[in-house]
Amino acid sequence: MFWRRAAHGRVGFRRSLPELGLLLLATLVLLEGSVLPLGAASSPETGITPGAGVSHGHADKNHSETKHKKPFPVLGLNYDSVKTPFEISLWVLLASLMKLGFHLLPRVSSIVPESCLLIVVGLLVGGGIKLIREEVPPVLDTKLFFYCLLPPIILDAGYFLPIRPFMENLGTILMFAVVGTLWNAFFVGGFLFAVCQIPHASLSHIGLLPCLLFGSIISAVDPVAVLAVFEEIHINELLHILVFGESLLNDAVTVVLYHLFEEFSEAGTVTVLDGFLGVISFLVVALGGVLVGAFYGFVAALTSRFTYHIRVIEPLFVFVYSYMAYLSAEVFHLSGIMALIACGAVMRPYVEANISHKSHTTIKYFLKMWSSVSETLIFIFLGVATVEGPHQWNWVFVTATVILCLVSRVIGVVGLTFVINKFRMVNLTTKDQFIIAYGGLRGAIAFSLGFLLDIEHFKDMREIFLTAIITVVFFTVFVQGMTIKPLVELLAVKKKQEAKRSINEEIHTQFLDHLLTGIEDICGHYGHHHWKDKLNRFNKKYVKGFLIAGERSKEPQLIAFYHKLEMKQAIQLVESGGGSKLPSAMPSTVSMQNIQPKNQPPPPKPTERALPQLTKGREEEIRKILRSNLQRTRQRLHSYNRHTLVADPDEEGFQDIILKKQKMMELDRKIKEMANYLSVPSHPKDSPTMSRARLASGRNTDFIPAQQQKGNKKSPGM
Amino acid sequence: MGATQTRSGQEYQELAERTGFSAEQIRNLHKRFQQLSGNEDTISREHLKSIPALANNPIRKQIIEAFFDKRNQHGNELGSYEEIGFEEFLMVMSHFRPPTLRTTEEEKEAMRKEKVRFLFNMHDTDGDGKITLVEYRKVVEELLSKSGTIGQEAAKAIADAAMLEVASTNVPNMGPDDFYEGITLEHFEEILKGLEMETRMHVRFLDVSTTNVYCGK
Repeated sequence: MFWRRAAHGRVGFRRSLPELGLLLLATLVLLEGSVLPLGAASSPETGITPGAGVSHGHADKNHSETKHKKPFPVLGLNYDSVKTPFEISLWVLLASLMKLGFHLLPRVSSIVPESCLLIVVGLLVGGGIKLIREEVPPVLDTKLFFYCLLPPIILDAGYFLPIRPFMENLGTILMFAVVGTLWNAFFVGGFLFAVCQIPHASLSHIGLLPCLLFGSIISAVDPVAVLAVFEEIHINELLHILVFGESLLNDAVTVVLYHLFEEFSEAGTVTVLDGFLGVISFLVVALGGVLVGAFYGFVAALTSRFTYHIRVIEPLFVFVYSYMAYLSAEVFHLSGIMALIACGAVMRPYVEANISHKSHTTIKYFLKMWSSVSETLIFIFLGVATVEGPHQWNWVFVTATVILCLVSRVIGVVGLTFVINKFRMVNLTTKDQFIIAYGGLRGAIAFSLGFLLDIEHFKDMREIFLTAIITVVFFTVFVQGMTIKPLVELLAVKKKQEAKRSINEEIHTQFLDHLLTGIEDICGHYGHHHWKDKLNRFNKKYVKGFLIAGERSKEPQLIAFYHKLEMKQAIQLVESGGGSKLPSAMPSTVSMQNIQPKNQPPPPKPTERALPQLTKGREEEIRKILRSNLQRTRQRLHSYNRHTLVADPDEEGFQDIILKKQKMMELDRKIKEMANYLSVPSHPKDSPTMSRARLASGRNTDFIPAQQQKGNKKSPGM
Repeated sequence: MGATQTRSGQEYQELAERTGFSAEQIRNLHKRFQQLSGNEDTISREHLKSIPALANNPIRKQIIEAFFDKRNQHGNELGSYEEIGFEEFLMVMSHFRPPTLRTTEEEKEAMRKEKVRFLFNMHDTDGDGKITLVEYRKVVEELLSKSGTIGQEAAKAIADAAMLEVASTNVPNMGPDDFYEGITLEHFEEILKGLEMETRMHVRFLDVSTTNVYCGK
């Protein structure tokens, strides 16, 4: 069999990988199954209790000493004291290996989104554990979810949030998040109550308020699920930011509604005053969350100003301040998600100006890594928790929930778009509306909120609710998640354009901003360009000077952008070895001399050369090599997702690269001089760093023989 | 109050058809025009320069020039006016209208070309149909004009880099002795392709009658 496998070559190799993956999976399932339920399963409320294991070990020791003296144990087994960290590590390892496995199976991962596969894995693991031991550990512990698994994902989203499209569409996003979620909650809750009144459904014990509570849990679009699915379909920026922004901002609404209905389910009735207080509460929760986040963001930015001497802990500040913002918001029952987003978005421009390049890379990598692992774990746990239950399947309730969710989402989106389009400059088309409606995925947050429901108060209802929530989550993630990609293709929805962010685009974007502000001023009314301009000027004048260290606080945005671009190019040069290898993007043969104003004389005929040191062919060769190393390639700032992170090499090599570049330019110049030795020599360089060959300013102060002067007049000049 | 009151609804109608504004918008813009011109029939550069809010704008001169540029009047003339009337004012403003739901794809394409040409005219100050390196440098210098001396030196390098990029994207295979004379309208359109001008380059024009200063969206 061996030789036959080897003979198949590549095919054989490919076939062995899935088998390897399955083998790994089986091993892990067995391992987890036997290891995890060994100790006492931790209860949902107490969470992690490492102390118990240690005391257990001590008790054992004392116990054995009172008996009789045993021979000194050379090898012992003490699993209890490492139990919890061991299990956690095992889960994380499983998650990471699963991720690895999926990318080795390209065919499967192109049809089925990763989130679905992960839930299936979770189901298998949960099933495996259940088979081996009767009980499954409650892994989707609410505290674990909200304090450990969710924050990295949200921080990653907030830190890398594209501010410009977010702000431009903020009105629309808020409409969808607030009004849309409210509509969904009341529609689903209300109709479900009507459904519960059906005589034979055995649901009559569910009152109106529990139904509304359920509606509020199930109506919120989930950022984790949206991120997981949308990341793979590469949809255009506008739709992405609309759905994703909605999923982030509806947290405030969900928090308020949840607490509101939970309080009143116990009380039994709701008055108008309570409704009014609810509205106030919403404003407090939302704005409070944002303020807390912004505050921590500013403090983090200020701290980063002084980290010049201890670069190593810079990333730590970013993470810890953000986490503190999240926790502080949770203390006051404010929206933790909004705090986290605000913190990340506020601190980013200032922190990025202050920290070193390596720290920037570290932050990027760590955030992507943590959010990636978190997301994987969440989906796996969702699968495990499904197997565990507790479940109570009620056909009527579950089908009604699924249908109502879909219907309310569609009606909500269509209705809101109709209103929104009156105020938007760029209207949302039917295709856009369809994608927005279809992209309203529910996920683990809904499940955790359901899990959080008090067992006592919702005695018979909790299981039904949980089952229904799981069904909706599965439905949206599997059905909608799998079909959205072919639908996007079918409807020919605009895809994400590769963000070139070339220097030209930057110049013209800034130019356009100023132009539009100017036109608004001429028209005489203060539109949002005016206020944006005012904010920018305020930022430049006061805030930047306060939060950014040293020289960079005065650097205009265009120059900062240009320097960043130059650095990326220099780094590319390092990566390509600085040698004769051509960079991979489309190279062009255009170099600086092509755009110089042509007042240099045309090259003299070969017979007139006084220095025939190089043959024409050799000279061309040398020129080509030099030029290929100085080529401007089309710059692409990759819009990365978690699967493709461009490596950032050393910063220290940077200085060497500048020197190398300058040396090459000297060489190039010298060769040109040899060929056209009667030409005007270039002026010495005056730009401090990263300058390319300067353009001759056009003044001929040197002696030029008459023949060449005639050539001068003939050449086209500007 | 003179000639202004004889403008009838019919004239507005004609202007509306030519520029695409609604009658209400034209009325509001007319009020603003009169305010700027001090109730005269024409405005000059000084009138526009005296708008206080424009003082902070780094490209103020270019914006004002654009109003007096004959090329923006949808005709084929070159050169610039000394003073412009309301019609010319409106013509320039019409470049900033947003597309509506009812705008077809061809109309959007035409709109985009219009807007890109407007921008091109702003950069191509000598009117020869090309943005040369010197002109491009001027653009970047103006953008950085509020940033002191650091700005001026970097401006040259940035403009050079930008020009190089335009050349390499549009004419990738130039020989060593070829000369890239300047950015033509086509090349300019090419580099701005990613920015979706038809949706970005617009200003909200008021539909309801207002007084001087109106805060809001």
